[in-house]
Amino acid sequence: MAAMHPIISIQGVSKRYATGFEALKTVDLDIAEGEIFALLGPNGAGKTTLISIVCGIVNKSTGTVTVGGHDNVTAYRKARALIGLVPQELTTDMWETVWDTVSYSRGLFGMKPDPAHLEKVLRDLSLWEKRNDKIMTLSGGMKRRVLIAKALSHEPRVLFLDEPTAGVDVELRRDMWEMVRALKASGVTIVLTTHYIEEAEEMADRVGVISKGEIILVEEKAELMRKLGRKELAITLKEPIAAMPEALAGYNLALSPDGTTLTYAYDTQADRTGITRLLRDLDAAGIRLRDLDTRQSTLEDIFVNLVRNGR
Amino acid sequence: MNMRAIYAIYRQEMARTRRTLLQSIVSPVISTALYFVVFGAAIGSRIKEIDGISYGAFIVPGLIMLSLLTQSISNAAFGIYFPKFVGTIYELLAAPISYLEIVVAFVGAAATKATILGLIILATAFLFVPLRIEHPFVMLVFLVLTAVTFSLFGFIIGIWADNFEKLQLVPLLVVTPLTFLGGSFYSIDMLPPFWRTVTLFNPVVYLVSGFRWSFFGQSDVNVVISLGMTFAFLALCLGIVGWIFRTGYRLKN
Ligand SMILES: Nc1ncnc2c1ncn2[C@@H]1O[C@H](COP(=O)(O)OP(=O)(O)OP(=O)(O)O)[C@@H](O)[C@H]1O
Ligand SMILES: [Mg+2]
Repeated sequence: MAAMHPIISIQGVSKRYATGFEALKTVDLDIAEGEIFALLGPNGAGKTTLISIVCGIVNKSTGTVTVGGHDNVTAYRKARALIGLVPQELTTDMWETVWDTVSYSRGLFGMKPDPAHLEKVLRDLSLWEKRNDKIMTLSGGMKRRVLIAKALSHEPRVLFLDEPTAGVDVELRRDMWEMVRALKASGVTIVLTTHYIEEAEEMADRVGVISKGEIILVEEKAELMRKLGRKELAITLKEPIAAMPEALAGYNLALSPDGTTLTYAYDTQADRTGITRLLRDLDAAGIRLRDLDTRQSTLEDIFVNLVRNGR
Repeated sequence: MNMRAIYAIYRQEMARTRRTLLQSIVSPVISTALYFVVFGAAIGSRIKEIDGISYGAFIVPGLIMLSLLTQSISNAAFGIYFPKFVGTIYELLAAPISYLEIVVAFVGAAATKATILGLIILATAFLFVPLRIEHPFVMLVFLVLTAVTFSLFGFIIGIWADNFEKLQLVPLLVVTPLTFLGGSFYSIDMLPPFWRTVTLFNPVVYLVSGFRWSFFGQSDVNVVISLGMTFAFLALCLGIVGWIFRTGYRLKN
């Protein structure tokens, strides 16, 4: 699906900062039109650098980027006109009013004034009541909304959200995801980075994992979950045991400190999960069971696994 | 040309002027008025006429130039430095606008502001000293040209500066001395020959001299040379701005 209609195509992009630090090795990535793409990676992985290169804020060292088919250097006007960016840092003006700063953003992108559109954006973000307030009088969460409103003021076809939920309360987060879904429904492509991995899991169509300046994995979220998904079987015991019986040593079981729960991790893709044999051996060892529970590993588990074993 | 973007930036910059009206307009007017009182009325009454012009009137063009230079530079420098400082520059860099458009907007706003200020100071001067302007059109040309040139210069400083200290360093260490030694308060004919020659390396001399010519029809330096030097400095600033934008100097990593 992804390869068919890339609205953003990143090819052979690398970045070495003036300090000599190589923030991106060679990155190739296509973003499909209309999808929600989550870029996951630990601090310093190069997420912001990559986004900044696509948006024209940072010069790349090598490679090419096209947005909607336009090269973002030689045809920067056309490329940038398609993009809305919500930066990671809360960088806003201070003395301007919300309305002025949003109108300013629309003007910067060369679009003719459209008060009705701006009103809709501000209302969607619950900023309408604050439109005449100076930005510096707003709370941090409100300022983040202002940044989103600025990015949406010029009706972008691709929206970059660089860690949009950092320092944001539950309500705003919910509003934000609602907005993201609505944007997606209207055909906007969304690229987001986040540290709240469960959100990527909830929101994204595809996930890219970036670590130390390299994209180590790009996958449909469902596929990723299936492929790398390990399941855990939690076995609750009738009576606590003090130590692991000899007979079960081969299973690599984890025993909870209170001795009531055994945890067995297995690969859902493997030919044999080993569950049947384990249950038989448990029975043979005279251990009585109270309950069984399985848990699919989350994206976070997958992610931690990848980065740990990671290249 | 993305005219809407130019207008958006220009408008935002002018809004900043309105917010800081006191600092931008009122304080230079007050300090200039003080100059008139002290040098024009108090001391000036004891200084004999220079080339048949009363001292109070003689210093008017120089004083206007003084404000015009410092205001053009500081307005433009601050205008571009501030977004860099707080990080809002990201929006300019990510917008579908060319560097030329950014320059036109910022420099245009700073020059507008400085020109308005120059005219206000001129009006103030009429309250203190009898004045005549022999070549009002040339005067306006000098006013606007100087405002634009030094706004460009300020823009360069604003991009070069990576802290507030540097932002003030050039105006303080270079521009103020050059302006004071640029013949604002005296005719360079009054200097000993050696210093007269040294002075000719000071670009401000040409500005003040040419500007004074537009008022009184006489000057230290031929007005054509003055105009030529002003254009030369303008060309130099344009060249530097062009280079900055070709290389992304201090704007992009
Ligand atoms: N201007 C710069 N000069 C030198 N190195 C930089 C610069 N900006 C970023 N880096 C380095 O590049 C690497 C990637 O930074 P980047 O901001 O892209 O990471 P990130 O994935 O966005 O991290 P985070 O999750 O913390 O936001 C980091 O090691 C950072 O220190
Ligand atoms: Mg980041």
